[in-house]
Amino acid sequence: MTGTGVSRLGRFLRANPLIATGGVIALLIVLIAIVAPLVVPYPADAGAATHPEMALQPPSAQHLFGTDQVGRDLFSRVLAGARVSPVVALFVLLISCVVGISLGVLAGYFGGITDEIIMRITDIFLAFPPLLLALAFATVLPANLTSLTIAIAISWWPWYTRLVRGQAASVAGRPYVEACRALGIPSRRILLRHVLPNSVTPVIVQVSLDVGGVILTASALSFLGLGAQDPTPDWGLMVAEGQNYFTTQWWLVTFPGLAILITALAFNLLGDGLRDVLDPRRVLVR
Amino acid sequence: MIRYVIRRVALAIVVIAGVVILTFVISDVVPGDPAASWAGPHASAAQIARARHYLGLDQPLAVRIGKYFAGVVSGNWGTSIHTHRPVLSDIGTVAPATLELVIAALIIALLAGIPLGLAAARWPGGALDHAIRVGSVLGVSMPVFWLALILQLVFAQRLRLLPVAGQYDPNLVFSHPLTVRTQIPVVDSLISGNWPMLGSTLVHLVLPALVVAAYPVGVIARMVRAQVLDTVGEAHVQMVRSLGFPERTVFGTFAMRLAWNPVAAVLALVFAYSLVNTFLVESIFDWPGLGSYAAASVSTLDTPAIVGVTLFVAVIYVVANLVVDLVQAALDPRIRLR
Repeated sequence: MTGTGVSRLGRFLRANPLIATGGVIALLIVLIAIVAPLVVPYPADAGAATHPEMALQPPSAQHLFGTDQVGRDLFSRVLAGARVSPVVALFVLLISCVVGISLGVLAGYFGGITDEIIMRITDIFLAFPPLLLALAFATVLPANLTSLTIAIAISWWPWYTRLVRGQAASVAGRPYVEACRALGIPSRRILLRHVLPNSVTPVIVQVSLDVGGVILTASALSFLGLGAQDPTPDWGLMVAEGQNYFTTQWWLVTFPGLAILITALAFNLLGDGLRDVLDPRRVLVR
Repeated sequence: MIRYVIRRVALAIVVIAGVVILTFVISDVVPGDPAASWAGPHASAAQIARARHYLGLDQPLAVRIGKYFAGVVSGNWGTSIHTHRPVLSDIGTVAPATLELVIAALIIALLAGIPLGLAAARWPGGALDHAIRVGSVLGVSMPVFWLALILQLVFAQRLRLLPVAGQYDPNLVFSHPLTVRTQIPVVDSLISGNWPMLGSTLVHLVLPALVVAAYPVGVIARMVRAQVLDTVGEAHVQMVRSLGFPERTVFGTFAMRLAWNPVAAVLALVFAYSLVNTFLVESIFDWPGLGSYAAASVSTLDTPAIVGVTLFVAVIYVVANLVVDLVQAALDPRIRLR
């Protein structure tokens, strides 16, 4: 980036402290997720290691966040958790975008019966609150992270379809698209070169708003025992496991839960600020 | 208006039919054998075959979808694997407790969210506006199950200000028995004038209702703020302002009148989301509702129960959306033309 670019970014961040705060924390979390195995004090504790003799120790200099019910270092596990639900969120959003945007562009561009079929199916999926539909699918699928990702993606894509469809429909009616059609350019090319790039902006904003929501959903399902299983260092699962010891060992629930809150908050602040900058009319509802 | 109502109702019926089919798909993609889990771990092959026939799993797919559809419409929502009772009657038993909790939470959310949104819109860009904004993002980012545990630890276990769990003090049942009419303890104790019981139910509601309200408060405040700021910018309000009316009048008379509109629009949404959030909160507070039932069904992999609850909440959500749309169309003729 050029010097002026950097100073412009600096000015922008100073004018938007919420984006700056959210962005810095989100960046930090991504960084932790990348380097976690190298920096955590007890790498083995992020996995299946057990030290029964060290169980349920309060926070200390050796164990910043204390130890859990089988003696694993909670600090190591919380840091390693940055590689679990945020990664689930990444894949959920990736799958939802691919499916949701494709269907939305097809429905919006072709209209008619294609539109009708795609949008009625979308309506059916939108009749469920996402957490509920994901919960139902996660219950019938085997309890692991892949199922969790699929279950949440199944309930997430229709939001993007609806968003893109409106945009694609308006692009499809514009003169330059009509000109392309008149020139005999094949639909596939028009879709990929013109309709798609001009329809995805609202989705970018929505995705940035949804990262926090997907992480919360994944954590909630893991809390209920769906998704991540022990010894995976998942934050939601850690809260669930710590629940039984919570009245006397407060750290077990507090730290993993704080990790969920801070992560969701960072991405929501970032998305919220980006929305204000890019698309001021939409409001955070999910 | 009649055309709009017919179209909207027809669409809702189509969506509900689709919802039923989707729940059938969910219950039918179960890996493993529902007949085997129904018959229990030590069942013989003959017992499993009997269970399969009893559950109707030996019939072709089309027949099963048809039967499932007919069952759902006639109130036969299958039998819970865990409780061995009809799912719909299980839901009927637990739903009132959840209704009580969600309505209490929404009342808190409206009482807090609307004034906060108005205040934020009155002084946009001010310290209060920023605080409300951060607060509402915080509410949307909150893992509710964690908030429930933390508040329970601090206010119930440590400070002993509020009860830890339950709908009311079980000891009160002996001195002031509850007359059950509506299955909702707050309403029952109120209409029978059972004041000690009413006090107990209200005190028990505080923590769970606050936790469930965390999400809708933020959403409602944001919606109200956005709508009011939009209205204040409109020509007729500018006109009133340019005529020299004090800001209080401009605000109180014109902007606030429209604050209800966005609240109505998100009410169905926050209702459904709060309902699902009770799945994460109720078992923590030992609240004998739909959420505890759903959480128990998840941990016992009780597919019919989960599918039943999913169907129930989805139907409520579709109907709530329909009602909100119709009410809005009745109030605002512009919507009917869309």
